[in-house]
Amino acid sequence: MFALFENPRLRGGIHAEEHKSETSPLSIVTDFPMPKKLYIPVQQHVGKPAEPVVKVGEKVLKGQLLAYSQGTISAPVHAPTSGIIADVKDFPAPHPSALPIRTVVIESDGKEQWAQLIVPEDPFQLEPEEICQRVGAAGVVGLGGAVFPSAVKLSLGRKNKIHTLLINAGECEPYLTCDDRLMQERAEQIVAGIRLMLRGMDAPKAMVGIEDNKPEAFAAMQTAARDFPNIVVAQVPTRYPMGWDRQMLRYLTGQEIPADGRATDIGVVVHNVATAFAVYQAICLGQPLISRVVTVSGAAVAKPRNVEVPIGTLMSEVLAFCGLEKSKMARLVMGGPMMGDALPIAEVPVVKACNGILALSHADIDEPAIQPCIRCSSCVTACPVGLLPLEMASRIKANQLDSAVDLGLKDCISCGSCSYVCPSNIPLVHYFKFASGELVKRQQAEHKAEQTKRLVEDRNNRMERARLEAEAEALRAQEARAARLAAAQQAQAAPAEETV
Amino acid sequence: MSNKPISGPHVAATRRVDQIMRLVILALAPATACGVFLFGWPALYLLAVTVLSAMAFEGLCLKMKGVAAMPYLRDGSAIVTGLLVAMTLPPWAPWWIGVVGSALAIVLGKHVYGGLGQNLFNPAMLARVALLISFPIEMTTWANVSPLFTGPGVIDSLAITFSGLENPDAVTGATTLGWVKTEFSQNRLLPGSLIEYSGFLAFLGWERGSLGETSSLLLLAGGIWLMRQGVIKWHIPVSLLFSILLLSTIFHTWDSQHYLGPWVHLNSGAVMLVAFFIATDYVTSPNTPLGQVVFGAGCGLLIFVIRSWGGYPEGTGFAILLMNAVTPLIDHYIRPRIYGRYRNGKPLDISNS
Ligand code: SF4
Ligand code: SF4
Repeated sequence: MFALFENPRLRGGIHAEEHKSETSPLSIVTDFPMPKKLYIPVQQHVGKPAEPVVKVGEKVLKGQLLAYSQGTISAPVHAPTSGIIADVKDFPAPHPSALPIRTVVIESDGKEQWAQLIVPEDPFQLEPEEICQRVGAAGVVGLGGAVFPSAVKLSLGRKNKIHTLLINAGECEPYLTCDDRLMQERAEQIVAGIRLMLRGMDAPKAMVGIEDNKPEAFAAMQTAARDFPNIVVAQVPTRYPMGWDRQMLRYLTGQEIPADGRATDIGVVVHNVATAFAVYQAICLGQPLISRVVTVSGAAVAKPRNVEVPIGTLMSEVLAFCGLEKSKMARLVMGGPMMGDALPIAEVPVVKACNGILALSHADIDEPAIQPCIRCSSCVTACPVGLLPLEMASRIKANQLDSAVDLGLKDCISCGSCSYVCPSNIPLVHYFKFASGELVKRQQAEHKAEQTKRLVEDRNNRMERARLEAEAEALRAQEARAARLAAAQQAQAAPAEETV
Repeated sequence: MSNKPISGPHVAATRRVDQIMRLVILALAPATACGVFLFGWPALYLLAVTVLSAMAFEGLCLKMKGVAAMPYLRDGSAIVTGLLVAMTLPPWAPWWIGVVGSALAIVLGKHVYGGLGQNLFNPAMLARVALLISFPIEMTTWANVSPLFTGPGVIDSLAITFSGLENPDAVTGATTLGWVKTEFSQNRLLPGSLIEYSGFLAFLGWERGSLGETSSLLLLAGGIWLMRQGVIKWHIPVSLLFSILLLSTIFHTWDSQHYLGPWVHLNSGAVMLVAFFIATDYVTSPNTPLGQVVFGAGCGLLIFVIRSWGGYPEGTGFAILLMNAVTPLIDHYIRPRIYGRYRNGKPLDISNS
């Protein structure tokens, strides 16, 4: 029967065609051959870019620091293998614009020689500050795609009263199975990572939310967590975008994060499940974040699977490894097909944020012509945020940005559910991204105008001050002259008096 | 590989406008077939006339706008409109009623407003009401049921549809609602036999009425199938039918001599057709589930009010048009609550959440 009433804890969302079975049964490939050259951008996180500390020609060891973090929100990057620094230059980034960013190039020597790793005797006895510090030093960032420096989030949690650490293992994007495989194969380590995170921010309990289309991962995680009653492994319905932490949070706890607030405001911190694994590696093994599991899939890939890839490997090499059929590829996407970015070239490095490399065929993307909106309201039903995509789009089309903002444009998370379901194939998200971009531009322009105004005002003020000063000066000079004159007259008058 | 910047999602659901229209046509098919079965050849001719002329007018309007007609014609929305117009006409109506109906629906109901997705009123209902006001005789001349082509033959039927020839032995009588209205207007009370009159046979469709509205059973079945296909949602049909059910039960219980019971109300006229296929029209109904419930309940209320106290025996057309006019208002006031905000748009308080 069709659902008559919506679950109030679960709003909107879609059932996208999953395409997960291509890769979910296959073990993670761990013997990816080390490429000759690795390209490691110094910015792989939100916040300030890291500052390189290595020089061209210098020899580095695997795990050695390449660039240190700068400022409060930033993360360092490390050498994924041993070798020689071949270059520090601008290189195309895995971004739709493929604009170059500062990148450290390592020529691997093939020896995989590790730098000295520091492993604590009992990681679970470390002080919370120590845990945060080590996580930060290992360059761990949110691996669900948000790439927020994890240490910052942990210390943020420590400063607020946190009742729950929510581990996001939704992995709701179609095609992607890297978290699924990670949980199936490395559940114990993930649980260790979760325990360390709990300790790192003094939180009493953790909840792991896994979509119910991953029963093996769920079972593995439950088994791994059975000795730790404060780690609850829960199943959530398979409904995109369950990986949107606010949706999962509402489903699991019934709590909603206020529109202008953060999860910490209601006592929750959310981390991705792969991040928990990276925390385990960072503390229990002393290894910085230098590789990650990536789902390589799409109809243009002959052997779709999950591969553990060193950060900095060119995507073209990963694709070649998985048997890319170039003629079939219609679009290259980094991340999932719903929110991932289309990349113009494959010669860009795998970065920490990269959880999927999809070579989609024409059949996968299927782009019929855009038709008029028939007001079917599918987009309204699909929106997990509770927006009116068709209304917002029509106002943006009419160039009424402010009225689109009134409708909630700024609350849009660009999840793409609305575009996905639109029978008229209207690129709704495209409109919203465009409008948001315009708003930023406008803000910048306003900012600039304000600045110019301030500069002009300052200048006017300065000139006014100068004029006043000059006038005062003139006045003073005049007074002085008058005084002198008076004195002189007095001097002249005095003898006259004498003569009287 | 193309180099133009593309934003996600990079995949999409496969159901398109033309597929939706096809499903609607399929869902209407049994009731349409039933109408043709009950009223014979003239009904089939009328159906052909309206659908073809609807497509012709659609093509013409698109041409005048200077857009390529074919892609739009292929989306099937004109066919659906033509089909719906036919279903609301007396089955033996002359051809020009069909043509004028289609013209009203497509030109006045749709393209004057800017085409697909822009119109304020449901085109088929607009056409029906305009026809009813302009040509009351032709629009209230009902054919008797003459199943499986037992009525006039192929050639005679051509005469009925195309040269307006009256066929005295078949064109008679009033619909149930029309008859009841006449009785009331002459201050007669409802006879008890009415219940048998509009019994189970009427539910199957065995009743005088418009071409496609008489078989409540088949319309209900088509509508439920359409819901299961996910083309329409439950909010409008259920609230519409429920409000009629509720009101007629209350009034009938209170005074059964003057008010028809729920069975007659739900089963006669165009209620089922309207509930599942007309009120649910995407373009002219509200966007949010709650808005749709309000809309459906409003339609039901108006249908009951017009039927019970208005001047026309059947109120569906007027009810729909009135509620169509209210739709923008409903959409303005009933909006979904945005995540993390109160209904008024203010962010949730941190302490409250
Ligand atoms: S899903 Fe597309 S066609 Fe339907 S209402 Fe939204 S924008 Fe319009
Ligand atoms: S992209 Fe924005 S408007 Fe569309 S469904 Fe997602 S949150 Fe809603």
